Amino acid sequence: MAALRSQPLVAPDPPAELARPPLILNRRGTAWISGKVSGIAEGRAPRWWWAAFLPSAGLTALCFAMIAYLVSTGIGVWGLDCTVGWAWDITNFVFWIGIGHAGTLISAILFLLRQPWRTSISRAAEAMTLFAVICAAIFPVIHLGRPWDCWWLFPIPNANAIWPQFRSPLTWDVFAISTYFVVSLMFWYVGMIPDLATLRDRARTRARKLVYGLLAMGWTGSIRHWRHYEKACLLLAGLSTPLVLSVHSIVSFDFAASLLPGWHTTIFPPYFVAGAIFSGMAMVLTLLIPIRTLCGLEDVITVLHIDRMGKVLLAAGSMVGYAYAIEWFTARYSGSPHEIFAWENRAFGPYAWAYWTMLACNAISPQLLWLRRVRRSMAAVFLLSIAVNVGMWLERFVIIVTSLHRDFLPSSWSYFRPTLVDIGTLAGSLGLFLTLFLLFIRFLPMIAMAEIKGAAARSGARAHGDPDPPGGLSG
Amino acid sequence: MNAAPVLHGWLAEFATADQVQAAAGRVRQAGYTRWDVFAPWPIRGLDDAMGLRRSPVGWFVFAGGALGLAAGMAMVWFMNQHDYPLAVGGKPMFSTWFALPIAFELAILFGAMAAVLAMLALNRLPRWHHPLLQTPRFARATDDRFFLVIESADPQFAADRTRQFLESLECVHVEAVWEEGPCDT
Repeated sequence: MAALRSQPLVAPDPPAELARPPLILNRRGTAWISGKVSGIAEGRAPRWWWAAFLPSAGLTALCFAMIAYLVSTGIGVWGLDCTVGWAWDITNFVFWIGIGHAGTLISAILFLLRQPWRTSISRAAEAMTLFAVICAAIFPVIHLGRPWDCWWLFPIPNANAIWPQFRSPLTWDVFAISTYFVVSLMFWYVGMIPDLATLRDRARTRARKLVYGLLAMGWTGSIRHWRHYEKACLLLAGLSTPLVLSVHSIVSFDFAASLLPGWHTTIFPPYFVAGAIFSGMAMVLTLLIPIRTLCGLEDVITVLHIDRMGKVLLAAGSMVGYAYAIEWFTARYSGSPHEIFAWENRAFGPYAWAYWTMLACNAISPQLLWLRRVRRSMAAVFLLSIAVNVGMWLERFVIIVTSLHRDFLPSSWSYFRPTLVDIGTLAGSLGLFLTLFLLFIRFLPMIAMAEIKGAAARSGARAHGDPDPPGGLSG
Repeated sequence: MNAAPVLHGWLAEFATADQVQAAAGRVRQAGYTRWDVFAPWPIRGLDDAMGLRRSPVGWFVFAGGALGLAAGMAMVWFMNQHDYPLAVGGKPMFSTWFALPIAFELAILFGAMAAVLAMLALNRLPRWHHPLLQTPRFARATDDRFFLVIESADPQFAADRTRQFLESLECVHVEAVWEEGPCDT
């Protein structure tokens, strides 16, 4: 015993084939990381940025024009009718809110699971979360019919002396989405403070010194500060994890707590959360695959990162495919004619085209990611991520519209067709999302520099056989 | 305006995390109390080497979360049971079950706000002016260099002896940091 105790517990170095691959390729040092990442937010905007920004800004203008037209004219400019009262707008809402979930998965859940590779992509994914939630928040407000009364959703004392009715999941949704936005914003901003200090210390012009100086809040990198800071980040990750699971569960309650066949299903909360992570991961890949090339970040966002995100996409896609199978099984096994009709109408009714496209995009196409060659091909993963984005939008459309358009009274059956205003608003929200994201990569540190330096210092020390490596944000 | 400059402390610059960690051990051994290490990323184990206690941020988060949970329950009870009771779908006016999603979200919200505010308050941030931020070399503290400061407020501080002590450590450079003026605390 005594002999055992005197031996320090040191794990032997793993054999070469089991060694962890480096987080940063080509032995790039810490100064290279600061220069490269800060450089994206400094200097003149490259041509590709303007080429992407101008059309996005144009679409954003279209978004606001469509909203102005809707508010000034009335909800009739959309394709809704008495039978299909929720359609395009709520599809967009659920689509955008789902996109956000991958950002929190990467920044919080993978943080708690101690996955250091997440540091390269976490900042951009968190920013994507915020912008997706902004896009999502537009739709429930503008579909109210009287959007100027949207503040009635919040418990604000008003002249009518009435309060929100908290037995409805719709009011839970208001709290879930607002909390999600505020907490994601705080997590994103707090995580960015040390990197804003880097930009402040590199600033040459007076305006940049002033703006980044204000944003960095006087961060000096004191170890006494880092200690509270790391604890706060860890707790924010711990709080964000149950939060993100609750947000899409509550979104699914909007449907599941109703009595409508096709919506009234217990599988909805986990099904929606898996779908949200699936669609969000696809959007992260859609954004980051072009950006890593355009910004020259191939050594930071490596092929290995894309490979691993591909595996997450495969896992989430398989869960979504399982949920589709369970929906069918539950409908058949229930023996309820209404449930069976709702499912058969979904798969073989007038919207069969949407159902089968959704199935091909979401359940079948990600299965290609079992192949290593596909996961390591940027073009293939990019195309798959686009397919998943389309498929996940269609999934929400299928759930919402096919459950509504043939209700219990055949005389009121209808077929929803979007109007140009519907389509323009969706395209406009995509423009708003891209505009915000492009502004983010232009003016803020798009990669978590301090975190990645710490993680690289730790993994570098381990590679050189140091058993107790210094450095590293507990990841 | 031309008040005599006041010495804030001595600033030593280090090239690697290992060197600053070794130096921190020596500074603590020498008995200094008003000193600090600055690094571009948190160096694991250095807070223990400096003798810092665990961060109390977690207690603030617990208090914030408990407050949020209680506030959510109380709000739903007040609005739906007490101030504006409205019978909907045969459901009770108040039940902890349907109040739970609201209370849960507010617990997360208040807990997260407590984490951020406690972190800022404990760090005395935001603080837009600091003597160190006027020192050009210190700009690399957010890039790739490590710094150690012994403040003149330390009871053991002696201008020459402290400087010689820092120079005896494995550092790259030692220089003085000045307060901007007597008004600065």
